[in-house]
Amino acid sequence: MTDYDAIVIGAGHNGLVAASYLAKAGSKVLVLDGRGQPGGCASNRQLTEAVTVSDCAQWLGQFDRDIIKDLKLMEHGLLLGETKQTIALQADGNHLTLEETDVSGGGLSADDQDAYRRFRKQMNRFAKLIVQLYKKRPPKLVDQNWHDRLTLLKLGLGLKLLGREDMRDLMRIALINIYDVLNEHFDHPGLKAALALDAVTGSTMGPRSPNTVFSYLHRLAGNQLGQQGLCQVLGGMGALGEALAQAARSHGATIRLNSPVQSIMKEHDRVCGVKLDSGEQISAKIVMSSADPVTTFKSLLGYRHIETGMARRVEHYRTRSGTAKLHVVLSGLPEFSGLPATSLSHRLVIAPSMDAMESMLNPAKYGEVGGQQLFDISIPSIEDKALVSDGTHVLTSLVHYLPHSPKEGWDSLKPRVLDRLLDQLEGYAPGIKSLVTSAELLTPADLEATFGMTDGNWHHGELSIDQALMMRPFPGATQYQTPVRGLVLCGAGAHPGGGVMGVAGRNAAREILRGGHLS
Amino acid sequence: MNQYDAIVIGAGHNGLTNAAYLAKAGLRVAVMERNPYIGGATVSRELYEGWYYSNCSYVSSLLRPEIARDLELPRHGLQVVPFGGGCTFMRNGDYFGNYSDPGRHYREIARHSRRDATAYDRYAADTSLQTRLIRPYLLKTPPDPTSIKPRDLKDLLEFARSFMALGEEKLLDTIKFWTGSVGDYLNEYFETDVIKAQHAGSGIIGTALGVYSPGTAYVLLHHYMGDVDGNVGSWGFARGGMGAIANSLSKSLQSFGGEIVCDADVDEIIVKGGQAKGVALKDGREFYADIVVSNLDPKRTFLDITNSRDLPKDVVEKAQNFKIRGSSGKLNIALDGLPVFNGLDPKSRLMAGDLHFSDSLERMERAYDDWKAGTWSKDPYLDMMIPSLTDPTMAPPGKHMMSVFVQYAPPKIDGRDWTDEDKAGFEKSVIDQIANYSPNFRDLILHVETRTPREIEAEVGLTEGNIFQGELTFDQLLFNRPFPGYAQYRAPIKGMYLCSSGTHPGGGVMAAPGANAAREILADLKRPNTVPGGYVDD
Amino acid sequence: MSAESRDHMLLTTPFHSRIQQACEINDWGIWMGYTTPNAYFDVELEYFAIRSTTGVFDLSPINKYRITGPDAEAFLNRMVTRDVSKIGVNRVGYAVWCNDAGEMLDDGTIFRLGPQDFRLCSYQRTDEWLGWCALGFDVQIENESEAIAALAVQGPTSCTVLTLAGCADLNQLKPFGIAHYEFEGVPLAVSRTGFTGDLGYEIWIAPDKAEAFWDRLFEVGRDYLIKPIGSYALNIARIEAGFLQARVDFVPAEEAVRPGRTRSPLELGLEWQVDFGKALFNGREALLRQRDEGCRYRFVLLDVEGNKPADHSFILKNGKTVGTVTSAAWCPTAKSNLAFAQIEMPHGAPGDELVAEIYYQRELHWTRLLAPCKVIDAPLFNPARRRQTPAPPH
Repeated sequence: MTDYDAIVIGAGHNGLVAASYLAKAGSKVLVLDGRGQPGGCASNRQLTEAVTVSDCAQWLGQFDRDIIKDLKLMEHGLLLGETKQTIALQADGNHLTLEETDVSGGGLSADDQDAYRRFRKQMNRFAKLIVQLYKKRPPKLVDQNWHDRLTLLKLGLGLKLLGREDMRDLMRIALINIYDVLNEHFDHPGLKAALALDAVTGSTMGPRSPNTVFSYLHRLAGNQLGQQGLCQVLGGMGALGEALAQAARSHGATIRLNSPVQSIMKEHDRVCGVKLDSGEQISAKIVMSSADPVTTFKSLLGYRHIETGMARRVEHYRTRSGTAKLHVVLSGLPEFSGLPATSLSHRLVIAPSMDAMESMLNPAKYGEVGGQQLFDISIPSIEDKALVSDGTHVLTSLVHYLPHSPKEGWDSLKPRVLDRLLDQLEGYAPGIKSLVTSAELLTPADLEATFGMTDGNWHHGELSIDQALMMRPFPGATQYQTPVRGLVLCGAGAHPGGGVMGVAGRNAAREILRGGHLS
Repeated sequence: MNQYDAIVIGAGHNGLTNAAYLAKAGLRVAVMERNPYIGGATVSRELYEGWYYSNCSYVSSLLRPEIARDLELPRHGLQVVPFGGGCTFMRNGDYFGNYSDPGRHYREIARHSRRDATAYDRYAADTSLQTRLIRPYLLKTPPDPTSIKPRDLKDLLEFARSFMALGEEKLLDTIKFWTGSVGDYLNEYFETDVIKAQHAGSGIIGTALGVYSPGTAYVLLHHYMGDVDGNVGSWGFARGGMGAIANSLSKSLQSFGGEIVCDADVDEIIVKGGQAKGVALKDGREFYADIVVSNLDPKRTFLDITNSRDLPKDVVEKAQNFKIRGSSGKLNIALDGLPVFNGLDPKSRLMAGDLHFSDSLERMERAYDDWKAGTWSKDPYLDMMIPSLTDPTMAPPGKHMMSVFVQYAPPKIDGRDWTDEDKAGFEKSVIDQIANYSPNFRDLILHVETRTPREIEAEVGLTEGNIFQGELTFDQLLFNRPFPGYAQYRAPIKGMYLCSSGTHPGGGVMAAPGANAAREILADLKRPNTVPGGYVDD
Repeated sequence: MSAESRDHMLLTTPFHSRIQQACEINDWGIWMGYTTPNAYFDVELEYFAIRSTTGVFDLSPINKYRITGPDAEAFLNRMVTRDVSKIGVNRVGYAVWCNDAGEMLDDGTIFRLGPQDFRLCSYQRTDEWLGWCALGFDVQIENESEAIAALAVQGPTSCTVLTLAGCADLNQLKPFGIAHYEFEGVPLAVSRTGFTGDLGYEIWIAPDKAEAFWDRLFEVGRDYLIKPIGSYALNIARIEAGFLQARVDFVPAEEAVRPGRTRSPLELGLEWQVDFGKALFNGREALLRQRDEGCRYRFVLLDVEGNKPADHSFILKNGKTVGTVTSAAWCPTAKSNLAFAQIEMPHGAPGDELVAEIYYQRELHWTRLLAPCKVIDAPLFNPARRRQTPAPPH
């Protein structure tokens, strides 16, 4: 008799989703997390006594609507804000406003606006095919069973149904870079850069890196599964974590926070439970890890407990990240040149041009920090006043591309980089620096330390085609199964990958239930 | 008498190959060449008295042996001599040498890293596996995956089968290889910078991508899939320079009754009622044929010499979007003697091979950063050869000819055309790099021919000076080359065909596009096929 | 000669000066990057030295890795298919190892020199694989191939010769045992191991004493008809004894290019080496699956009729090709015509009668011979002296 049917390592959104589905199906489930709050990357950070902000992920846009429904997350307190536009800030103050199908401002030509509609439509048609794949376990190509064959057949059919031109276009662009594709469609450098930003978030790829069309489609696929536009979670992303935790509990799952897992235990040739940092051992029929694959295999299980070829695959799994997080507490609302105050609550991005993005990436490749960075800004306190209790405002931004381990070391570099980031913001929002009451920069190394993501990679591993779909995370550990009996992957390192989607957790739970691993 | 059965535009190696096969099948064929000499990018030119420059392409490996044999190129004077050796000089004064003898090669790697020396066998096996997958498709027309014609379905099925035979893991590894970067690929085998750098060169030569760009592992493969006399991956010099390839092809063509017209600059392909009828030259002459084959790259073919009113709109758009990026330049240097390189015995056999100075992936990637920023690499990746160490006909006795291929050089500098000052600056960055490692190099220089993408485009007619006539990225490979729907060598105009390196299987002096196009043309004419298939590769 | 050439010449072993003198016919080959003698004076006579007196083979080029540390045993146990904990201190065990797919990478011998101290001798260079295998283990791995000179001293009089050379009571050493001596002030290890299937030993010594030991050995061995032997003679002996060899009888998995060319231990007749009772070893999952689902091939020993070696032969069943020969030799002592073959399942069960399609040439004339052959379950050569302790004196 084991203590639990299943132990889920990590109370991130995927872990909680997995636990909820299993518990809902009647299993006895325990979720363990080392942190004091549920949600993982969907959690909150207390910046000052009065100011709270989404700690890591800041927008919700890709969270599977079916999961929200299945787990009744709205009943468990999930509240979503209004759908946001993306405003691409331009140096000349002539900003662009990007919506799902339309783009305006910035002196855009009618051609570019038309092209935007056509581009989004076509890309969404392609993404729809991917959504089909995301909803299922990724099929194996050679060792397939009827289930995989059906998935492949449907995919093939979907491809055919695109029509000849679309099918050809998809096969042409699927593996290439977003740079070329955007250049084929658009003229406006700012528009191209704003779109390209969605293709490189969380990676160390530039717009010119092949594979970025795929990562753009990944983003769109998430959008289709999710909220079809970005929005804020009211109460901060931590509120999503809380809602998921409540849902899991309501189905009978146990969640233990502040209980870091030290290792996954094996008995003979299968997993039998986990050992906590405290020394406590808990047994279970299966262990699901929502930690990234490197953490799971290298740290929690240990290379000595898997075969050598698998260890080699883990070592070669690419987890580079160039994404950092900036939190700034402001004594008042900033003014961005050329931007009406009513637009401040939307998603503000700074990406001057695709070539500029490439130049910004260059230093990060060599462990250096460049002078200019890309920003993906949210000022959540405008819509969600509850985040600040003292009348201040909080600005939070993703920042690309900062290296995980700069040659110089972060200790001496960090204050200078933080300063430079604020200077760069000052260029778009004159006076903003004088409003800053406190600011902090979470480098990829900090994100790794806080959230346990190897190299601070948000996607739990680079989302390039060879680490996606039926190859995620790597051959031998696909379809949520690992070579170790009883160990299942359910995090972003598994198909379909990163983004606050919850799909990996749901799919993994479904595989377990389908496979009868708990009976 | 300007009436022919077929006209081929461009007397480069693919045009000549195509024409030779059509002539061999009994067609009356003429090849139109803009320059007063033939060869396109396979030329040997005496630009300094006594020295012969293979001033464009400079080494041979990919030339399909099936074609060389079938067109009797050896009888027509072609001799490809393999060279051994090659090395990467390091900043610390050491070097990494490349020996063809496996034992010696092992010991040289082991001198740098014993672990890497054993990893090399795994690397070689895995790379060979990929090579074997692609080689059977070189002398085949790529199937159209959107087609339901029996021939396409059969070819697709065969293609799928050869991949499925690998098994799940090796198949996924294959996808990883085909989509990955050469840097990541090498990182999975080697720990030593210089060893990675030595092998990474093949992943970027001729390509507007860096060693960390996904897709460059395939480019590496493209350079590995050739052979000299069955030694897969081996490279050689055409005796007398690359012009020997064009010359032997032209003799073969002429032996079948084909003609070559030089100084024939095509202005436009004549189309009547949707059917190609011949070509009109810039000097006003006209030549007629119901078959017109363009060996120009897809951009020049569809945007320059075809009237857009004769083309569907999508083809014009696709040609505009076709990526043919200038990324490389070339220096050809006449030397008064053999340069000495720091740390290497001048008598070393390594000198006969490809020499490099980029000893880390980072240096190579930084060279690419310069290209992205719109300028030539300040610390370029050089693929340098001294063919006169292998082929005595290239320079007078005791003197040497040096060919320096330079990666990267952009087609435009900061968005504007190259100026003579830019060219001088580009030349300087190359000479400086070599002189850094060779104390006597500068003093030996008798003559330098410097070719930026500007010169390559102006003379050879390769758009932007791109040596492969189109990037070797996935959107432009196999059934996507040059564009989806037009990968089977037929242009959208009846009687018009493509046979350049801009079609499958791409550039690298293979002659396969020319041969494959001839096979399709003969099929359309319902004539017996005279084009050989590939050798069975076991 | 330039420094570069010296760097890249074939290496010579610590015994080279002596071998060069002894190598009367100057017939050299390459083994692991070393100049090694194919034959010294006459292949047949050298072979008979192994079987009737003492043959000495220079084993120095073999790959030797020292594996030490708290996890040394666990490390090896995860790497190889057998249970290494069953190899006692001063014992040697044959071992094979696979990749995750259960495909054979190599075989070799594990010398347990202490509780946390092992030497692995492998046929293939295996530095990289050992490096990968070491991830997650507290072990040190040192390539000591050049640091140790080695000789195989094999044959009925080998125990006597080595005893005279200073290895007291060597006859008490059991098969696969290791005994430690001293020679001119340096350690000399003797293991009762070999590649000949006969009574024999392998000696391990510091390179700077190699020549002196060779001299001593040949001096005391003269009356016992000691002879140096080259690789050709050894190859006959190893086939006669039924030992397989990487790159000859199977393709090391990481060097295989073509699909389906690798073999698992189960397909190489090495089931006895695979301990499924261990919770984890490389290839376990794949081999378990193969055990349940069945192998594609069977590796067999064939007793071939007639006296023509069946090298490179196709093996037929009812006229249909069902396999190929990987190694073959006329075995002079056993008077058998032995061949190793890989046979497609389900053929090749012990006792199965097959036909070897042999081609041989006499005076430029090729003859095709269809020789009946039979699958046998063990090599015919298996002398008692190989196993006896105390080892017999002659």
